[in-house]
Amino acid sequence: MFEAIAFYLFAFLTIAMFYITVTTSQALYALTALAAGMIFISAFFFILGADFLGAVQIIVYTGAVMAIYAFGMMFFDTTRDVKEKQGNKFIVVGLSTLAAVLVVLIFVAPMLSTNMTAFYPTIEGAGNTQEVGMVLFTKYLIPFEVAAVMLLVAMVAGIVLAGKKMDLSLTLMTQAEIDAAKKEQDKKVLS
Amino acid sequence: MMEIGLNHYLILSTILFAIGLVGIMRRKNLLLLFFATEILLNSVNIAFAAISHYYGDLTGQMFAFFVIAIAASEVAVGLGLLIVWFKRHGNVDLDTMSTMRG
Amino acid sequence: MEKFLYIALFAPLVSSLFSALFTATPKKQFVGVVASLLIFTSFVSSAILLTHILGGGEKIHVEMMTWMATGDLYIPFGFVVDQVSVTMMMVVTLVSTIVHIYSIGYMDHDAGFNRFFAWLSAFVFSMMVLVMSDNFAGLFIGWEGVGLCSWGLIGFWFHKEIATWAANEAFIMNRIADLGMLIGLFLVYWNTGTLQYDGAFAAMPGLDTATLTWIGIFLFIGAMGKSAQFPLHTWLADAMEGPTPVSALIHAATMVTAGVYLVVRSNELYDLIPNVGLFIASLGAFVAMFAASMALVNRDMKRIIAYSTLSQLGYMFVAAGLGAYWVALFHLMAHAFFKALLFLGAGNVMHAMHDELDPFKMGGLKKPMKWTFIMMTVASVALAGIYPLAGFFSKDLILEVAFVEQHYIIYSVLLITAGLTAFYSFRLVALIFHGEERYKLFGIHPHEAYKFMLVAMSPLLLLAIIAGSFKAPYFEMVTQVLPNIEYHLHSHVTFWIMVIGTQLFVIAAIALAYKKYANNSIKVPDGTSKMENSIAYKILKNQYYIPYAYEEYIVKPYRELSTVFWEKVDLKVVDATVDGIAGIIYAGGVKTRDMQSGNLSTMLKWMVAGTVALLSLAVVFGLAVRYSDEILAILSGLGV
Repeated sequence: MFEAIAFYLFAFLTIAMFYITVTTSQALYALTALAAGMIFISAFFFILGADFLGAVQIIVYTGAVMAIYAFGMMFFDTTRDVKEKQGNKFIVVGLSTLAAVLVVLIFVAPMLSTNMTAFYPTIEGAGNTQEVGMVLFTKYLIPFEVAAVMLLVAMVAGIVLAGKKMDLSLTLMTQAEIDAAKKEQDKKVLS
Repeated sequence: MMEIGLNHYLILSTILFAIGLVGIMRRKNLLLLFFATEILLNSVNIAFAAISHYYGDLTGQMFAFFVIAIAASEVAVGLGLLIVWFKRHGNVDLDTMSTMRG
Repeated sequence: MEKFLYIALFAPLVSSLFSALFTATPKKQFVGVVASLLIFTSFVSSAILLTHILGGGEKIHVEMMTWMATGDLYIPFGFVVDQVSVTMMMVVTLVSTIVHIYSIGYMDHDAGFNRFFAWLSAFVFSMMVLVMSDNFAGLFIGWEGVGLCSWGLIGFWFHKEIATWAANEAFIMNRIADLGMLIGLFLVYWNTGTLQYDGAFAAMPGLDTATLTWIGIFLFIGAMGKSAQFPLHTWLADAMEGPTPVSALIHAATMVTAGVYLVVRSNELYDLIPNVGLFIASLGAFVAMFAASMALVNRDMKRIIAYSTLSQLGYMFVAAGLGAYWVALFHLMAHAFFKALLFLGAGNVMHAMHDELDPFKMGGLKKPMKWTFIMMTVASVALAGIYPLAGFFSKDLILEVAFVEQHYIIYSVLLITAGLTAFYSFRLVALIFHGEERYKLFGIHPHEAYKFMLVAMSPLLLLAIIAGSFKAPYFEMVTQVLPNIEYHLHSHVTFWIMVIGTQLFVIAAIALAYKKYANNSIKVPDGTSKMENSIAYKILKNQYYIPYAYEEYIVKPYRELSTVFWEKVDLKVVDATVDGIAGIIYAGGVKTRDMQSGNLSTMLKWMVAGTVALLSLAVVFGLAVRYSDEILAILSGLGV
């Protein structure tokens, strides 16, 4: 019973938060609501017994991703309202409702079959984190390593894209060259 | 109603997905568009976790895990690109970004 | 021998194509000369073929190539030269050659000189196809071809609205009759399995009388249109809007005789259905009298001659209807000669009088136009049927046929018509050539036609005089394919009474005409005389009000109906539908142009729309797979 109460409570909250995210005209409210929504989703993970996933959700999503978005918010005049497209509301809402209904249908329909077996069944007795670790580092090792490489690439890309004066490499220049560059810069700034 | 089954979670996931779609179609600001994309990814995560729980299979959680990793890297790169664009053009309004016309 | 067939057939086509090269250029003399030479070549080939057939040669039958060979239907382009067709070929090519040479002079000052020869030679070619074909389909091709060329030639001066109207009237009336002819052709094919003459006629005795009657009736309807029998006769008088050589060739000698040719060619059919033959003969007699009555009071020179043609066509149909096919063909041949001569003479008069057509405004032309006077008088004498000119042998023969076959009503009608014919022919001659010179009141200075035109007309003059002597060899030749019934009256006394009586009657009519119209007190009627205001005169002058009735009760309602169909149906329904479909597609294009505006928001919307479409497809197919058994059961229940 508690599960039902918790589910409905968090469901309502999540939907409300995400609704605010997509419809508000203030950028700050959208950011805040998104962060709140992420937290409530992690609640779902805990309800479903996926402890590790819930913790990762809070740390990575709410912590890191939302922080990056907050930095991105620097590029806005947050006192101004965000303009929206003058599109046809009915088309928008209608299309998305239709999509939602269809997806539900697709998913509900095959669920009526009963002979589905689990590939990687949960082991009784072990906690969720231990199970995740066991499966992740044995069966899903390759995707894990690939994800790591991808994160590295993303990081480098982020730095390159956002960095300033990337043509000079401080580590490869001699001290004399660094001093000369500094003088150049001072001249430009002071004159 | 009391007994929460897989269908409840799936329906919740679908509702969140639809909200994300609405956000994608409505938003004219690139950053807010990214927010809507996040909503989409999260709704899918809920679905994965729910299926994994109700079938006793860890595959769903693994997938959700990787989705989170990819989402994070996507945000990094996406925001980097957004910064570059902002430096060049001074705004991130979608209606001005129509160089891919035709 | 076959090469002469092909030369005779295709020389006119070469002439037409050659002249057609020059239709856009101003008049070139050599076009007329070359065209005439080529038609003359055709005439020479026909003459060679005639000597071959006369000398007892076999008929020449060639199959040039296959036209249609689909399933059971086999129609070749085949041509046959037998006794009947060689007679027609001779008539056609002789009159055509003369008309071509005449036209070089007549169309001398016309800007469309080259075009005229193109159309004229094309007409000759179509007529040759018509008479030389060995199956009904080829006949129909020629039939339509002469209709088309007749249209082009009647409406030759297309800047005149009345000419184009007359051309359309002729063509449309012919088309209406062609519907009947087509039904007849279909019936022939359906019942006998072939359109070849020999095959079809061989199979006809095996058919039942009702079918044969229908075939005969429908084919005759086609002949009615082409040969201007009542009620499809109004176009012939109006066709006089065309140049006079056209009237001479088409509406005297060749096209209008195509109907007679059809009946003569189908003699094996009409022998089996004598009732239809009697109907044809009665209709022919009626038309003969009908046309002659209208010619009595007409004030248009060419129309009088046109009504005379109509009347003589009636005579030919009487003969053909009563089974005397060789007589009909003989009268066709003789009539072609003197009628063409009459028309060409009238052309000379018209040219001299600056296109004036009212004979009351002429008079006393025998002094400046001596040769034309001689030719037209001789032609009229031949037309009246005075011994020993050609008309006596052919027309009186028809009267004999009617008498011998004991159709006394037809006989009396034809006899009275003979009197009327003589009367109006000589009324025309008297008004034009005798009496006082009324043309001086109108300031016209007539002169004779060019010498070469008169020389060209002279063979016709000769033939009009001597054609009667051809009867015996002609009879020998043509009765090898036509029924050879000789018409003898049982008692010699009756025969001589008939002949002498007819001659006296005709001479009396001529004398009456001369007395009334050849004196010096003729004035141009101006609508005030007692005769002009009498009922009978008005009825005859307005052609029994038949053209008026056609215009009021057929043409006008049809035009109204067409207008309704155009405005209400075509514009509002058909055009609206087509435009609507185009409009929808265009609007769709305008809407979807946004797809490529480069706006990310729009692109995202389209992406979602596409996703929805694919999802719905997935649902539909999934459901179909899931419930495939039930769906199959429902579909088989529906009978798919």
